[in-house]
Order: sequence, then structure tokens, then C-alpha cells
Amino acid sequence: MDITWYLVLSAFIFVIGAAGVMSRRNPLVVLLCLELMLNAGNLALIAFSRMHGGEAGQVFALIVMVIAACEVVIGLGIIVAMYRRRLPIDVDEMSELRG
Amino acid sequence: MSATGYGWLVLAFPLAGTVVVSLGWRVLPGRLPGWIASAAILGSFIASLGMLDKVDAEAHVDSAWTYAATGDFVADVSILVDPLSVFMCLVVSGVSFLIHVYSVAYMSGDRGYTRFFAYLNYFVFSMLLLVLAANFVLLIVGWAFVGAASYLLISYWYRRSTATHAGIKAFVMNVIGDVGLVIAAFLLFNETGALDYFGVFAGAEEVFSPDDGTLVAACLFLLVGAFAKSAQLPLHTWLPDAMEGPTPVSALIHAATMVTAGVYLIARMFPLFELAPTAADISAIIGTATLLFAATVALVVTDLKRVIAYSTISQIGYMILGVSVAAYGAGLFHLMTHAFFKALLFMGAGSIISAMAGVQNLDRMGGFRKAMPFTFITFTIGALALAAFPFTSGFFSKDEILSYAIERGGGFVVLAVVGYIAAFMTAFYAFRMVFRVFTGDAVPEARELEDGHLAHGEPMNPMTGEPEDTEVGFPGPEHHVAEWSWPMKAAMAPLALLSLIGGIVGVPALTDTLEHFLEPTFEDSRYAEVHPSSGTEWAELGIGGVISIAGIALAYVMFVRRRGITLRLRDRFSAVHNFLAHKWYFDELYDALFVRPFTGAGSFGRRVIETDFVQGFIVGGATGIVRAGTSFARAIQTGYLRAYALLLLLGVAAMALYFLLASS
Repeated sequence: MDITWYLVLSAFIFVIGAAGVMSRRNPLVVLLCLELMLNAGNLALIAFSRMHGGEAGQVFALIVMVIAACEVVIGLGIIVAMYRRRLPIDVDEMSELRG
Repeated sequence: MSATGYGWLVLAFPLAGTVVVSLGWRVLPGRLPGWIASAAILGSFIASLGMLDKVDAEAHVDSAWTYAATGDFVADVSILVDPLSVFMCLVVSGVSFLIHVYSVAYMSGDRGYTRFFAYLNYFVFSMLLLVLAANFVLLIVGWAFVGAASYLLISYWYRRSTATHAGIKAFVMNVIGDVGLVIAAFLLFNETGALDYFGVFAGAEEVFSPDDGTLVAACLFLLVGAFAKSAQLPLHTWLPDAMEGPTPVSALIHAATMVTAGVYLIARMFPLFELAPTAADISAIIGTATLLFAATVALVVTDLKRVIAYSTISQIGYMILGVSVAAYGAGLFHLMTHAFFKALLFMGAGSIISAMAGVQNLDRMGGFRKAMPFTFITFTIGALALAAFPFTSGFFSKDEILSYAIERGGGFVVLAVVGYIAAFMTAFYAFRMVFRVFTGDAVPEARELEDGHLAHGEPMNPMTGEPEDTEVGFPGPEHHVAEWSWPMKAAMAPLALLSLIGGIVGVPALTDTLEHFLEPTFEDSRYAEVHPSSGTEWAELGIGGVISIAGIALAYVMFVRRRGITLRLRDRFSAVHNFLAHKWYFDELYDALFVRPFTGAGSFGRRVIETDFVQGFIVGGATGIVRAGTSFARAIQTGYLRAYALLLLLGVAAMALYFLLASS
């Protein structure tokens, strides 16, 4: 089975996600873009799984979804905490770890 | 109950008082803490009477538990009850009780009332521990405890800078004495292998030949301890400054009890000092020098409490002279009478200072006789006893010391003559106080008191004139004169009576009660047979009486009859006056010798060693290296989330590229 197009699509989605993470300042959008990157990875995993005919790739995709859910919980939690404390909803403002 | 059983009770009462008063400071209302503390000391006094009833020629030692035991070294928590310790307990607890009662009224209105009585009870406990201890370990514990109590009470008004400085000074001086005592105990333990008194005495008899070098050194270290505690030359400078504490403290610690601990120590260690006559002679000479020095200073000091403080130093000089020339009975007799009249004088001074709203300067006082009849009478009785006026208590005790010194003959006669000269000065300065405070024109404060009002002054420090924090500090919003407050009267009246007739226990040839009572303790003394005949003793008493009356008469002429004469004398002999008014420049000397070099070394250490070397070089160097080494790592930590994401992506891409290239 030819998976070339699947991989091309996956690469496109990943690049869109990465570009979004690096160009957007709203943390909500950054989270969305991260989700895009993860799902691009998932797509690639499932495509390879079909190509090899094994189940390992699909299992990995399920685990990535769980991790994505966890990451969203934490990320949204941080955003809500920022909102509650009336901090600007802007990742560039949160630069206190500067060395 | 046995004598030692009463001895433990003597200790238990003030300890319980301390605990109850200090733990109950929040709930005990009004004057109750003062009364609880007084009751504790009264219990102690009654237990002392119980000891008096039970005590006999035997020395009773009782151990509560073993404090430490390793090999041959055994230190017990044990007390010794013999006539000497019973006598000391009676004097300490009796006078302390009266001073407690006085303080109940005098200190009321002070914000730290409960704290004051907790300290005071703690002090009495420590002092009784000191006199009851049966070995050097417990003695040192008591010795250090009284020093700590003295520090706490001198700095009692802790917002007053002069009081805290005086407390530190007293503590440092006392620690010098503690170190001396500890070294002496080490030396004695090293040679005799014992720590309890009788073991040390017995061992010393065996180990040391008379005037053995080590023994003399040990005795001299004992003397360092005794002199620091008893404010003898050259360790005396803390005592006048200790007058920064409340007046009852001056009466209790710095006149009646603690400062006589040195006298007690020498009397207790008499077998050692008799084996080392060189040390005893040095002690006698220093005692005499001190009594003369302090008497001369007391002639010119204008601060009422400091005059009495210098007279205390001087009188303790007499006691030290007494116990150093083996006149133990006489020295301790003077210790007792001095406790009576000096406590009384301080109580009177407290009343006067209250009436003056905190002013202590004699130059501003005058004419209080009408306003304060009770204080006048009791203060005059105290001054008479201090001046050794015939048939008062001080008359018998002071002159007995001097006649014993004459009896020893040789150089001791010179010391006795110096003692007589100082006795003349004593009579003079005692009545200088009386005449300047009570006679002459009434000052505004005295007239106000006659009208029934107590003068109120601005709260300010009598030494520096700085405004005082009224939260803590004399005179506070309320102060008390003896005329208006019955506990103060109740404390002063018995002391006045004892100052008058206290000599009755030591009238030569007639009673000699005290000497017979103390005889069992000192029966092994090799000077036990040296005893002036009663004829010579009465003759010397006569000389003492004449000197005393002459001194009082001179004071009368100079301060009542021809008032201006003192000013003219001062101008005429301004160099002498300056020398005396600066207390022989001892404070200045110590300042130059010790204080300034130490503060100089301290500030050098802070400036050069601490700031430049430690902080600049060691700490600064280490951090500098780390800082320089990490500047690159810091530069990439921009804090921007997007920058981190970019770095991460580039890193992953680089790794992927590497594996791609490597695999192809």
C-alpha cells in the first residue's frame, strides 16, 4: 500500500502546527497548534501501521491521544490561572525564566 | 526534719516562686505576683530558721543525685549545711524578703511587674544555691546564675541604652570572675582529685606545702572570682554602673547579697588561704586599697545611688580585709550588718528618687526633712550605721575587723590605719548625703510633697538626659514614696531597727553570739587563737567612735553650717576633685586598654576581613567564576516560549538530519 500522500499530508499538518506554535502569541492558539502537531504525528503512525500491517503504530497513536488530553488539561489549567489573576493572555509576557 | 531537709526546702521555695510567677504572668492580677514572690522568700526564710534550729557543730552534707560520674570524677548535686551556710541563708533570705515586700509597692505601676519578680526570685534561688553548694561544681553553677540574674535585673529597663550597656559591662566583668573560679577549681581538682570542699581541703593539706606555687595560683584565681563578684579593685567598675537597674535591685543584689559572695567565698575557702598566706595577704592589701579608693570617690560623686554604690565597694573592702586576715567572724559580722544598713539606705534612696521624679543628682536635692519624715529617720539611721556611729550595728562590726587586723601585727597595722582613715571619710560622705538631701532650703519637689502632691517630671534618663521611653523605665506614670505606701514602710522599719541594734550579736566580751555560732566552721583555723583582748577591742572601738563622730561633725560644718565652703574647696583643689570625680579614671583607662582596642579590632575585622576578604574575595570570587562560566547558558534562556519551541524544533530537525545522513 502506498502511503506517500498520507505522509505528505501529515508533514503539511505538522509544519502548519509548528509554524503556529512559533508565530502565535495567544496561548489558546498555541495549544491548538500543538494539537495539530500531535495529530500529524498520529496520522503518520497509523499510515506506517497500515503499511507494515502491524498494530504497534495504532497503539502508539492511542497513547499519544491520552498524552494530548493530559497536556490540554495542564495547558488550559495554566491559561485559566492566568485569566483568574488578570495576567495578559500572551505567551511573550510570561518571560520570567529569562536567564 | 533534718538540717539538710530544711536546706533543700530553702532552695525549693524561691525556685517554685520563679516558676509560678514566670508562668503565670498573663493570669496573675495586680500586685499578686509580688506577694507570691514575697511569700516564697518568706518560706525560704522560715526554712532557714529551721536549719538554724537543727544545725550543730557537724557539717551536714546531703546529695540529691549524682550529676556526673566518670572514673574517679564524681560530681554530686549536694548541699552543705554548717553554721556558715546557715548564717548566709538567714541573711540572704531575710533581707531578700524585706526587699521583696518593698518592691511590691515600689515597682507597682511598672509594666514589667511580673517579670521583675520572676527575676528577683530567680536571683534569690541562685544566691542560696551558691551559699549552700557543697562542691565546686554547684558553687560555679550558683556563681554563674547570680551573674545572669544580675545582668537580667540591671538591664531590666531594656529600652534604656545606659541600662543595657551597664548590664553587658556587669556580665562581662562577672564572666571574668567565673573564668577565674573555674580555673581555680581545675587547679585544685588536678592536684587533690576532689571537688567537694572537704575533700579539697583534706587533699590540699596533704599535697601542698605551705605557700606552694600551685596553691597560691589557685587561690589567686579564686580571688579573681571573688573580686569580680564583689567589685574589688581592679574589677569594680561594673558596680556603680549597675545602679541603672531599679532601686530594689541595687538594694538586693548590688549591696546586700550578691556582691558579698566574694567575702563568703574567701571565708568558705579559708583552709586554702591559710595554707597560702601570700594569696591571703594580697587579698588583704587589695581589700584595703579598694576600701580607701572607693571612699575617696564617694566623697565627690553627686549621683545619690552612686555614692551608696561606692560606699558598698568600700564596705566590701572592709569585709575582704577581715576574712583575709583570718577575722572570719568579724568579716561575716560586717557582711550581715552591712546588708541591713545598705539595703535600708538604698530603700531610702529609692523613696527620695521617687519624690524627685527620677532625678538622682544630689545637687538638685535639699530640704526633704519635713516632706519625708519617715524616709529621713530611716535614712539617717542607715547613715549612722554606715558611719559606724557608736553603738549602731556598723560600729561593732567595722571596728572588730580593724582590731583583728591590728592584732595580727606587722604590716597589717598599716592596713588597719588605712581602714581608720577610710572610716573617717565614710562618716563624712554618709552624712554628706543626709545633709544635702534633707537639710537646707526645700527644693520645689519637696515643697510639692509637703502640699500632698508627688512631683511629676519629664521621663528622662538621669545619666544622659535623653528622653525616656515611658513603656518601660523609671519613674513611669506612677511612682511611690515610703510615706505613702505601707509595704515600703513595713520593709524599712525592721531594717532600721536591725541597723540600730544588729550589733548586739557581736558586742565584744559581752555577747559575741555570732562568733560563737560560727566557731564550728572555723575551728580548724590556725588563727583561731588570735583574738584581741576585750580591753584592746573596746579601746579600738573608742577610737572608731571618735573618728566617726569627727567625720559626721565635719560633714555638719561643711554642709549645714558653712554651706558655700565645699564650692570653694572644689575650685581650690580642682585637680584633685576632677581626679576623684572621674573615679580615678578607671573607666577611661579600661576604655583605652580594652574597649577601644577590641572595638578597633572588631571594626578592622568587619571592614577588612569580612567585607574585603570574605565577601569580596572568597564569596565574590566564587560567584564571579560561576557567573562568567554561565553567561552563554544564560544568554539562550530568553524566557520566550516561542524561542524555546524553535530551539526544540531545530534540535529535533538536526538530530533527524543526522540520522538520515548516517543511514544513507
